[in-house]
Amino acid sequence: MVKIAIVDYGIGNLRSIKTSLEAVGSEIIITNKRDGIVNADAIVLPGVGAFEGAIKNLETMSDVILDKVRERKPLLGICLGLQLLFTASTEGGLHRGLDIFKGKVVKLPLNVKIPHMGWNTLRILKPDNPLLKDVPDESYVYFVHSYYGAAECPDDAISRTHYGLDFPSALSTKNVFATQFHPEKSGDTGLQILRNFVEFVKS
Amino acid sequence: MLAKRIIPCLDMMDGQVVKGVRFKELKDAGDPVELASHYYEQGADEIVFLDVTASREKRNILMDVVERTADAIFIPFTVGGGIRSLEDIRSILCGGADKISMNTAAVKNPEIIRESSRIFGSQCIVSSIDVKRVYVTDESEAPGKTVLETARGRCWWSIHIYGGREKVDMDAMKWAERVVELGAGELLVSSLDFDGTKQGYDLVFLSELSERVSVPVIASSGAGTPNHILDALTIGKADAALAASIFHYGTYTIREVKEYLAEHNVTVRL
Repeated sequence: MVKIAIVDYGIGNLRSIKTSLEAVGSEIIITNKRDGIVNADAIVLPGVGAFEGAIKNLETMSDVILDKVRERKPLLGICLGLQLLFTASTEGGLHRGLDIFKGKVVKLPLNVKIPHMGWNTLRILKPDNPLLKDVPDESYVYFVHSYYGAAECPDDAISRTHYGLDFPSALSTKNVFATQFHPEKSGDTGLQILRNFVEFVKS
Repeated sequence: MLAKRIIPCLDMMDGQVVKGVRFKELKDAGDPVELASHYYEQGADEIVFLDVTASREKRNILMDVVERTADAIFIPFTVGGGIRSLEDIRSILCGGADKISMNTAAVKNPEIIRESSRIFGSQCIVSSIDVKRVYVTDESEAPGKTVLETARGRCWWSIHIYGGREKVDMDAMKWAERVVELGAGELLVSSLDFDGTKQGYDLVFLSELSERVSVPVIASSGAGTPNHILDALTIGKADAALAASIFHYGTYTIREVKEYLAEHNVTVRL
């Protein structure tokens, strides 16, 4: 069974993401140690909370995460975990991110209720991406967020979602995947996406 | 497009569901986790647990339900009832719940909304508000209150705490605006006038409130038919509808309600 490290940077509840990844056939370690990340087959960067606190708590681990990503270890960023992968965020001042996806994390427009909370649809741009295998276009997934990653490289977005504007709801480049929604809270569709990630790790 | 949410509510005491539930397919119909799983499979968008356990000593039973639910369902769930402190909130969220809801604690100490939303994020702090109409013949009888016209005459809305047992002489509309300012991420509005009547939701209050606040509004109390839920989401402009008995007694399944809404051009997740 593949071993996945969920990075614990001290924010939020990791129980659901752990349970759902176990449900699709992986072994989970929750870790805030460099060793835990090095020894796993894949890395999951979860997240709720604010960007600044998260990136600070991640400081001691960010170089090892980036090293492992360069060595082609699969990484999945979820929600704030997606945002941390961008060049920078404008949440609470300007803060640097891990710069795997080029672009800035910015606030959703003011003409809609914020946070964007609830079930919304995926417009799938890249049905061939391993993360979206067997996920039908217009599937519903669960979102809770006030900011989104405005990707500069159009190729990075594998799905888009409309809420006040069109934003990238899932991204991928090589061995890195990220979802703005919570697959662990998105019922069967979410479990399928997590299963796809685990299959990618195995391959 | 963002879908309107349908949320079954489970009232529980000492770890058991209290409102009558009759599902033959469930082994233990009183077990809130089994019932939550059942609704999850039916297509519920979220689940709300309202714990009415009186005794603080039995809090560990609630925690057991929270943890088992987190392991069993893969949709968001909210826990309310008896939450008094940041420590209560922390233990429920760390147990695996996605959101907590508070009513009495927030009225007694509004700062808990500000503090908890700052620590845990607004997205997991739901302000639950129990409202009751106070009818007046003239606006001058209710200075400073939000008086609106309803089918049964003019009224303003007071708030109630301790599960409806204690009235607070405060304007519910203004209170709702205040908790949003303090950081509440969602409002769960129950009506003591309509609760249990199966006559429909308090649409006058809901529609005015939804216009005024910038956060999602969850309508509660009064659903007897899918049409009532449709009204709450259209006329009442609510973002989500919560219901208990309509689902518990098996009158309608969640899927039937959602299909009805879809036929009437409401966006739902089917």
